[in-house]
Amino acid sequence: MQYTNIAYVLAAVLFILGIKKLSSPKTARTGNIISSIGMLIAIIATLISFELLDFKIIALGMIIGAIIGAIFAIRVEMTQMPQMVAIFNGFGGGASALVAAAEFFTKYGTSEQTMFLTGTIILSVFVGTLTLTGSFIAFGKLQGFISGQPIVFPGQKILNAFLALALLGLGTFVTISGIQDLNMFYGIIIIAALLGVTLTIPIGGADMPVVISLLNSYSGIAAASTGFVLMNNALIISGALVGASGFILTSIMCKGMNRSLTNVIFGAVGLQNDSSGGEAKQINYKSSTTDEAAMIMDAADKVIIVPGYGLAVAQAQHAVREVAEQLEAMGKKVLYAIHPVAGRMPGHMNVLLAEANVPYEQLKDLDEINSEFEDCDVAIVLGANDVVNPAARHDTSSPIYGMPILDVDKSRTVIINKRTMNPGFAGIQNELFGFENSIMVFGDAKEMLTALHKDLKELS
Amino acid sequence: MDMINILTVLILAIFVGFEIITKVPPTLHTPLMSGSNAISGIAIVGAIIATKVSGEVGTWLGLIAVIFATINCVGGFMVTDRMLKMFKRK
Repeated sequence: MQYTNIAYVLAAVLFILGIKKLSSPKTARTGNIISSIGMLIAIIATLISFELLDFKIIALGMIIGAIIGAIFAIRVEMTQMPQMVAIFNGFGGGASALVAAAEFFTKYGTSEQTMFLTGTIILSVFVGTLTLTGSFIAFGKLQGFISGQPIVFPGQKILNAFLALALLGLGTFVTISGIQDLNMFYGIIIIAALLGVTLTIPIGGADMPVVISLLNSYSGIAAASTGFVLMNNALIISGALVGASGFILTSIMCKGMNRSLTNVIFGAVGLQNDSSGGEAKQINYKSSTTDEAAMIMDAADKVIIVPGYGLAVAQAQHAVREVAEQLEAMGKKVLYAIHPVAGRMPGHMNVLLAEANVPYEQLKDLDEINSEFEDCDVAIVLGANDVVNPAARHDTSSPIYGMPILDVDKSRTVIINKRTMNPGFAGIQNELFGFENSIMVFGDAKEMLTALHKDLKELS
Repeated sequence: MDMINILTVLILAIFVGFEIITKVPPTLHTPLMSGSNAISGIAIVGAIIATKVSGEVGTWLGLIAVIFATINCVGGFMVTDRMLKMFKRK
């Protein structure tokens, strides 16, 4: 038993070192391998130290799980990464809840069923089940099985409050009294499952990054509380690491959208009819073609590319890299400005561009890039809207006021590619489009970039 | 006394977590998420122990838990590696 615990400590140290190596893309891959070795050590230590294990069942479970996991990992496309992480969060939460439930059925009615044990089991089962159902709803929304729009109905908030209170009441009662009736335990599972669904369905498409991060955090909390159930340090430390990671990413995402967490969870923003007064003033914009854009770029020394999710939707990552390489061949400095909420999950846009072989040194985050726009000749905005709206800086009446934005308007020229003049997610017009130094080039991002590449080649 | 020890471990781990995760650059936030996802598959340790508990219900719950946690570990580490492989310098 002592050796097992030493192995668990070693595993936890390797997890910490593994995450530490994620501080740079250079060492990140090694870090991931270190973490996986930690996991292997923990598994082997558990297998050899507990007697009377049924290896047939364990092997069966591991083979099935490994096949499913590997298929997911190999086949998933980078654009689908948010839903993959969502469903994995669900499995993690589910596993923790199941472990706690198994422990409950073993200790139920025996002298070992202490108040502490019952309480931690209920916490694990509750958080784990909520993570499971919430993640599956998030997966369904991202994959398009369920409408990505917020699903709201009258009395939703009251229902959520009722479910939460029922859960709290039942959980406290069961913990203090010790369970007399198994139906109460099942009741807790059912309410937690329902709450996972009703808390996730009202959240709209563009808020999904927050939800995924939050569910990530929950899966960590579930693992940590299962660690309390089993008095197992490996689970507690790993759970705490994952919980902290999810929490930090959640707050980064909220900050990136200038929303509070309660507003994201209960606000149901993003409903089509939610946009108010967006059409109030008409914007006079200059529409142009790719060859004019190419000529402006030909005269530039420094070009900053601002990719939004529209770029990924149009599958234009490779096309944008080709344009960037052409510009570099023409002797220009090229950088990419990545807003924290540019993709559908934290860091998503970076992965999409890395897949298209964009070198990571060129990918700059908000804090790094904003000072670069001042002496930038051309900023080219691709399928991004709200994250470049200058109203966020000065218009106190704007719904996005205070949101951190990319200061593209400070560049000498801003070239904006959009499909149409439709407003962005926040449902508001973007004054940037009417600025003196702005030029609109309409069309599909991929087609536009391919044409632009051709025009640039002709000039060089 | 055991409870205090375990609480100490939890609190220290949370602090370590905040320290190291704030150092991860935004470029690597997606691999961080999938990687930490894999780490939360540590529930597999509990799942393995759960399969041995007496009674059929416990065994079945343990089996499903092993499957879920293995999906997390294997899938999580593999997909993270696949992503990190793509991050290249010039």
